[in-house]
Amino acid sequence: MSQSHRLPKGGRIDRALPLTFEFNGVRYQGFQGDTLASALLANGVHFVARSWKYHRPRGILTAGVEEPNAIVQLETGAHTVPNARATEVELYAGLSASSVNAKPNIEHDRMAINQKIARFIPAGFYYKTFMWPKKWWPKYEHWIRRAAGLGTSPEHRDPDRYDKTYAHCDILVVGGGPAGLAAAWVAAQSGARVMLVDDQPELGGSLLSGAATIDKLPARQWIERIEAELRHMPEVTILSRSTVFGYQDHNLLTVCQRLSDHRALANRAGARERLWKVRAKRVILATGAHERPIVFGNNDLPGVMLASAISTYIHRYAVLPGRRAVIFTNHDDGYQAAIDLKNSGAQVTVVDPRQASHGTLPNTAARLGITIMNQTVVLEASGRRHIKSVTLRSYTQGRLGAPLPSLACDLLGVSGGWNPVLHLFAQSGGRAQWHEARACFVPGASRQAECSVGAANGEFALGGALQDGMRAAYAASGALGFKIQPVPSWSCPVIAEDALLPLWLVGERAQIGHGAKQFVDYQNDVSAADIRLAAREGYHSVEHVKRYTAMGFGTDQGKLGNINGMAILAEALGQSIPATGTTTFRPNYTPVTFGTLAGTELGEFLDPIRKTSLHEWHVEQGALFEDVGNWKRPWYFPRKGEDLHAAVKRECLAVRQGVGLLDASTLGKIDIQGPDAATLLNWIYTNPWSKLEVGKCRYGLMLDENGMVFDDGVTVRLAEQRYLMHTTTGGAARVLSWLERWLQTEWPDLKVRLASVTDQWATLALVGPHSRKVLQKVCPDIDFTNAAFPFMSYRPGTVAGVAARVMRISFSGELAYEVNVPANLGRMVWEAVMAAGEEYGITPYGTETMHVLRAEKGYIIVGQDTDGSITPYDLNMGGLVAKTKDCLGKRSLARSDTAGEGRKQLVGLLSDDAMVVLPEGGQVVAQTTSPLDTIVPMLGHVTSSYYSPILNRSIALALIKGGLGKMGESVAVTLESGAYASAKIHSTVFYDPEGARQHVE
Amino acid sequence: MLLVTCPYCGPRAESEFNCGGEADIARPLATETLSDREWGDYLFMRHNPRGLHREQWVHTHGCRRWFIAERDTVTYEFRAFETFATSKSGSQS
Repeated sequence: MSQSHRLPKGGRIDRALPLTFEFNGVRYQGFQGDTLASALLANGVHFVARSWKYHRPRGILTAGVEEPNAIVQLETGAHTVPNARATEVELYAGLSASSVNAKPNIEHDRMAINQKIARFIPAGFYYKTFMWPKKWWPKYEHWIRRAAGLGTSPEHRDPDRYDKTYAHCDILVVGGGPAGLAAAWVAAQSGARVMLVDDQPELGGSLLSGAATIDKLPARQWIERIEAELRHMPEVTILSRSTVFGYQDHNLLTVCQRLSDHRALANRAGARERLWKVRAKRVILATGAHERPIVFGNNDLPGVMLASAISTYIHRYAVLPGRRAVIFTNHDDGYQAAIDLKNSGAQVTVVDPRQASHGTLPNTAARLGITIMNQTVVLEASGRRHIKSVTLRSYTQGRLGAPLPSLACDLLGVSGGWNPVLHLFAQSGGRAQWHEARACFVPGASRQAECSVGAANGEFALGGALQDGMRAAYAASGALGFKIQPVPSWSCPVIAEDALLPLWLVGERAQIGHGAKQFVDYQNDVSAADIRLAAREGYHSVEHVKRYTAMGFGTDQGKLGNINGMAILAEALGQSIPATGTTTFRPNYTPVTFGTLAGTELGEFLDPIRKTSLHEWHVEQGALFEDVGNWKRPWYFPRKGEDLHAAVKRECLAVRQGVGLLDASTLGKIDIQGPDAATLLNWIYTNPWSKLEVGKCRYGLMLDENGMVFDDGVTVRLAEQRYLMHTTTGGAARVLSWLERWLQTEWPDLKVRLASVTDQWATLALVGPHSRKVLQKVCPDIDFTNAAFPFMSYRPGTVAGVAARVMRISFSGELAYEVNVPANLGRMVWEAVMAAGEEYGITPYGTETMHVLRAEKGYIIVGQDTDGSITPYDLNMGGLVAKTKDCLGKRSLARSDTAGEGRKQLVGLLSDDAMVVLPEGGQVVAQTTSPLDTIVPMLGHVTSSYYSPILNRSIALALIKGGLGKMGESVAVTLESGAYASAKIHSTVFYDPEGARQHVE
Repeated sequence: MLLVTCPYCGPRAESEFNCGGEADIARPLATETLSDREWGDYLFMRHNPRGLHREQWVHTHGCRRWFIAERDTVTYEFRAFETFATSKSGSQS
């Protein structure tokens, strides 16, 4: 069987390029230019899917993006695409696809049994049934999820690349059908920068699906001329195979451009998809309309198809979907499919509920000898896996009449009218309005700079759509100040039309839910009975009915069925359709791959990585790294066979007893200059700065306006009007922004300039009793005596031949110097210092040792020992809050809550068992003698905890309620095992409490 | 994503900016003379209008300058952008 339903000529396919593909394990042939759906239909395959809940046989219903049934799993392995719409998948050589939701296969689907019990599982069934006993829900859920569903997610990493780009234009036209082409052409003639975005492989939209003429020539020639002219204009960009999936704020539209999915797997190169973020001054929405089905019994049988889809398959793909067809339509447009079928050699009968129609198309149909049955409706379709016949009833005055003889057929085309595609308009903030005469929702007032045209605007006739597009483009170009060109005159044959007879649901109302199912939302198996049940059970808001029945929740988002559902709900509630309203149209218009949204921001490209100028040296020495903000900092430098604990013990003792070297380059550095620099520091820090002498350093705490500590560090006065502020590594950007904000918004008259200089300097912290001796070897021009260069002072000098800033400051309590040299020379100086220190056993160390050393001294780390709710007083650092001046946050320290009793305060903890290292984050509770399995009040938590090699025991810092008044008291700390460890509250300073070592001679 | 017009750089994507909340809140002087309630008003109380809202924005990933924008909280439309030099809130320190 080879393409049994392919017409001998016509179509937009390339017959010279036959393509072999596989569906559900069977090999077929199609042509270049086919979609998977058209190629299957060409081979007579209608039955392609099992439905989501009832596992009913389903066929190809549409020829486009609104397809609810023909959902396939495309390819396997890493390239698999779940839930691809066969109507949108362009055929390529070697394509392989299979049906979803059918096990073991579509013919023998185990869950097809659900059809037999369908009566007992209406909307809300799961909510009502599987709630008892409650604890069984996870089991139920497992089976329900297995029984229902669509495709399966890929299990392999996505092998494809995805791009992202930005664009700006004057006028963005969405949709390359007649209205969109007319709009783009007129806009481009005005000189405006135009983007035309269309989701199909070729421009033309609905013109590709028919035999319309423009200026008495086939529309194809008009399309070619317009396209050629557009492509010649340098300010015009045309994106094909591109879907505008979101209309965001301020005319930002997001577009997914499919670059390679239409090629055979082996021929794909470059990015798979590209995300465009287009900011347009004006938007013209020419998004077209979707034909809507009519709801009747078994309207989901394979072989039931939208009437316009039949025309598309005939004209665009040269496929005849059936040879004995019935067209069920309530308006003139439905007759087009009948005419197209007849002209292609099929037998056709039109079933029309209207009394008569004398429009152009019905007249043409009659002239061609097509049987037209007026005042008749299709009540029900029959067949097992394909339609075999339809049951007809007479229909007058909105009532069903006498049964008529059933009609054998292999194809049923349905058309209940058109629904403008309002998704993007609605996303732009606009509200849909009910148009009584056209029986559809049309765009209401614009909320952004946009305009809907053509079928999207309810203008379904070709001539009107062209006019509409032109008008909108004139208005948009004119509004943007572009020169308006003379009006083109494109003529189209006038097609007379009789009015549509609104018809949503066919069937005796009392019988609904008892006979053949009448589907509203095909993809989610929601029937008319489900909607009426929801209404009976008290769900009157359309948004509630949607959630109760799951109508419109499929991957098609109810493109096809929602309006019918609203009309059926309106009838059930005895109210009008506009009073019932629509559900919310949300982005995305069609599903978007995660790859497109992620673009290239994956893995190590997700976030910038910052490395110091000494990084490569650390790598060469085998350092392990820790992330601090975006920085990579050496964590520790293990020697052969050492684990973290062994390495840190060695590093700690080396610093305390000899000399160590730490890369401190990541500390934030802000250069502050100007006559008012000290005034700024007085506002920012809690302590006073006016009297700090040049060459001196001072530690400061920064508060936010709530009085909470948010950063700390040492600031140096480099010169009369120049300071260098150090911040925490992670807080550097935050502090700079904080200073800038106050300077610009509150104190613009302060004469101060700020510059971030973090990256410009390499900072070497040379720490330990031998640090002075080592530094003296490489720095001949600084007098290192205690009197000439005391603790907390700064001297400029030359280190290893490089101009350096040397500060005698300490984060370990040891004699220590921080050497700052230009970053580019950092490694050379580092290596010189290492060489000079060799005779003293100089030891490079990392952040873990730094943390242990500072904790031994009780020095805080902002963000670890504080959490944004801690004041200087809570840290027992109230002495740093100047009494004589105001500063940011100071007033908050006197607020009743901040100054009150019982606040958490930072204290030291010594566990009773010196070998037990308390877990950081461990909860602190009162020590009791009773078993600790009762509920006891939490007193606080452990913030820092380490094993101290120099003290040969564990130490910890903790925030404990009223802790400063509880020195020596016992508390209990929860362990990860669930047990508790006893500990005693201690001063935060565990080592060298007199602070003698950092002042050493 | 909004299109924000920096008075110094011109229109740029919202992702280059940060919003600093309600504008025209001057830091009180002589804070030690304020009651807890007065200080709390300054710290915590903000208007949440339906309609026009004057707010502070900063062009973080651009010129890093702060400015004032008037934005409609219903339509998200920006009505005006002003610098602190021209703003009526100005300096008061």
